[in-house]
Amino acid sequence: MNHVKKGFPGVQALKDVSLELRAGEVHALLGENGAGKSTLIKVLGGIYTANAGEIRINGTPVTINSVQDAHKNGISVIHQELVLVPHMTVGENIFLGREPQKPNKTIDFKKMNAEVQKILDSFELDISPDKEVSALTIAQQQMVEIIKALSFNAKILVMDEPTSSLSEKDVGFLFDTIRKLKANRVGIIYISHRMSELKQITDRITVIRDGEYIGTRDTAATGNDELIAMMVGRQLTNYYTRTFGEPREPVLEVRGLSDGKLLKDISFALRKGEILGFAGLVGAGRSEVMKCIFGIDPVTKGEILVEGKRALIHNPEDAMRLGIALVPESRKLEALFPEQSVMFNLTLKTLGEFIRGVFVDFEKETAITKRYVDTMAIKTPSYKQLVGNLSGGNQQKVVIARWLATKPKILILDEPTRGVDVGAKAEIYAIMNNLVKEGVSIIMISSELPEVINMSDRVIVMSGGKITECLPKEGLTQENIMRYATQFTV
Amino acid sequence: MSNGKKESPRQGGLPLPVFSFFKENLGILIGLLILCLVLVMYDASQGRTVFLSSNNIMNVLRQMATNLYIACGMTMIIILGGIDLSVGSIVALSGCVTGGLIAHHGYPLIAAVILGLLVGIAAGAFNGFVVSKTTIPPFIVTLSMMNIARGVGYVYTGGQPIRIMDDAFNFIGSGYVSIVPVPVIYLVIIVGISAFIMNRSKLGRHIYAVGGNPTAARFSGIKNGRVLFFAYLFSGTMSAIAGIVLASRMFSGQPTAGQGAEMDAIAAVVLGGTSMSGGVGKIGGTVIGALIIGVLNNGLNLLNINSFWQYIVKGVVILIAVYVDFIKKGRKRT
Repeated sequence: MNHVKKGFPGVQALKDVSLELRAGEVHALLGENGAGKSTLIKVLGGIYTANAGEIRINGTPVTINSVQDAHKNGISVIHQELVLVPHMTVGENIFLGREPQKPNKTIDFKKMNAEVQKILDSFELDISPDKEVSALTIAQQQMVEIIKALSFNAKILVMDEPTSSLSEKDVGFLFDTIRKLKANRVGIIYISHRMSELKQITDRITVIRDGEYIGTRDTAATGNDELIAMMVGRQLTNYYTRTFGEPREPVLEVRGLSDGKLLKDISFALRKGEILGFAGLVGAGRSEVMKCIFGIDPVTKGEILVEGKRALIHNPEDAMRLGIALVPESRKLEALFPEQSVMFNLTLKTLGEFIRGVFVDFEKETAITKRYVDTMAIKTPSYKQLVGNLSGGNQQKVVIARWLATKPKILILDEPTRGVDVGAKAEIYAIMNNLVKEGVSIIMISSELPEVINMSDRVIVMSGGKITECLPKEGLTQENIMRYATQFTV
Repeated sequence: MSNGKKESPRQGGLPLPVFSFFKENLGILIGLLILCLVLVMYDASQGRTVFLSSNNIMNVLRQMATNLYIACGMTMIIILGGIDLSVGSIVALSGCVTGGLIAHHGYPLIAAVILGLLVGIAAGAFNGFVVSKTTIPPFIVTLSMMNIARGVGYVYTGGQPIRIMDDAFNFIGSGYVSIVPVPVIYLVIIVGISAFIMNRSKLGRHIYAVGGNPTAARFSGIKNGRVLFFAYLFSGTMSAIAGIVLASRMFSGQPTAGQGAEMDAIAAVVLGGTSMSGGVGKIGGTVIGALIIGVLNNGLNLLNINSFWQYIVKGVVILIAVYVDFIKKGRKRT
């Protein structure tokens, strides 16, 4: 099964893209948001039909006009958002739509679960086939997706950002699974923004940009800079922009904070004009700390001091009054109003500046929007554009802008570059650098270690709801951080 | 940097809200226009001008008025991703209470009207309180209130209509100021206030935010509970106004009044392009939606169509109109 080849001249989203996948190979598809990765995958998975070009499997041209066609040809796609039915069991999900039947036309649950168990065993997975999917962890759900895909006898597997919601440990587990699949001669197309992952798991990398094929490289022989240059189309000189200053006085102090659930005795101080990184595994409690500080979740013990004064924060409004802003972890779930315009999303926190009683100053509203769209280089055709139609990077910038417009003294960024392409990432780093230079203090939670290491003045590492270490700039290495991050797990 | 002469994205529509109103609602406006044209042409073929006579136009406006009061509140609630099934029962209850206080207890008009309004406000506040403080779905909460309010109305009246012989009270719903029926005056005020809240106030933005993404709203420091409470309170108030106007028009407090009013209001809101899944919608759209229903009712009567058939026609029109709107929006998005 060698040449999967495609070319689509004439399609706007894809202009003549080709990709060759070998059996037993992990092939990365790399490109900025909007480069056409998803479109390409959708063509392969039978969701879109190509206007031109061809797909060949084992040298034979095939037509794929529907998801069924794709399955028949051994192609399965695991989408970025999991598409499992939460209140059905693992077995029911895997056999959804093609449940084995008894002669009397009722579903043969025994046979179904036995088959699922067999696959689960072959991957040494400790999941019961009759467990409800909603009771599984995200990583386990992902495994179920993979098994579902494989149960179609897939020979070609497409994974769209499979690690975006996994912790470091689960990523390792996923990679073990991928290696087993490779040994079974399954060809895998792997999409991810995380360079370090590509190095670990992929054999070759194909880069596309603006719907065009840029090139294919052997992973082992290619440097990050070359890949980034291929993706962005220009040399990114300063990927991480950061000028470090002298330590100054603390603006935010947290003492002995607990939430009665996960967090135990959290104490740290944020200094003026620094970026304080928060590292740790998913579930370590980093976001929970921030939700407590921002008044979203209640604090059961401990105190918070803002600029040396004891602060009583019961809800986000209290936090905002003290100059704290939080850009939450999940853009889609916790920050965006996709059906509303860029202007609506951007000015939501600053309505007081242009709505006075019964008068609305539309010019002022536009001016505020213009200021932030310009300084943050948000790419949008108009201020009235629905935010849902922007790319991930621009959506993130709108959310950050919403909070910057409140002129915060303390800015908490929870995974500020998740699902954001390289070019926009570099821009967000530059914005963060400018802010600390102006004296804003930033807390940055990130699961991307290179980002934490390069951007932070100091890094606090959490594990199992506790702070395990506060590492100074000098002690920042991936190994060091991971050692403290796994202290209370494993 | 911010004052740079850099070309900024074009701002569409801000100085001309009227223009953007037409653009946004083009689909249903055309529908409304076609409907009117058909009626005008039918009139012409009969050699008369009934439909476009000022009498008939005022009649249409008067008949749709109570539906539109309710639909304004319903628009807010549906944008919030909820629904209010109790409006029809509140219409009956507040009408009966006002009527009873005047007819049986000899209350002065103003006091009776205020107490009637308060009954509706209280019912709306209760809905809002339960919806904002618990996780019970609004459908269930207002379904309960629908039964409770209807029941209280029957208990209070003993199931009999309360006749009201009070000229001043009858003026509230049946009176005219020159050629304009009084309910139409309330209509203009209510639509004005609702549109102001939705388009120009912080509260309106917060309604769109909570309806579009409740979690994000909470993370933005919006008090979701307060926004929800307000919307149900507003809806209850609008229902009470509708109830009192209806009672005045029927010269009686009827415990059976307002049956199916929730469905008419929802139909107007949905025809107006508001999404049942919340986050999107406009009062302007609802006004057109209510107009379509009003003109349709009026037209079907002018065409002498059997009232049993009218239900069927209305159902089909709603389905087609919403489907056309759906296709139009679906295409815009891809």
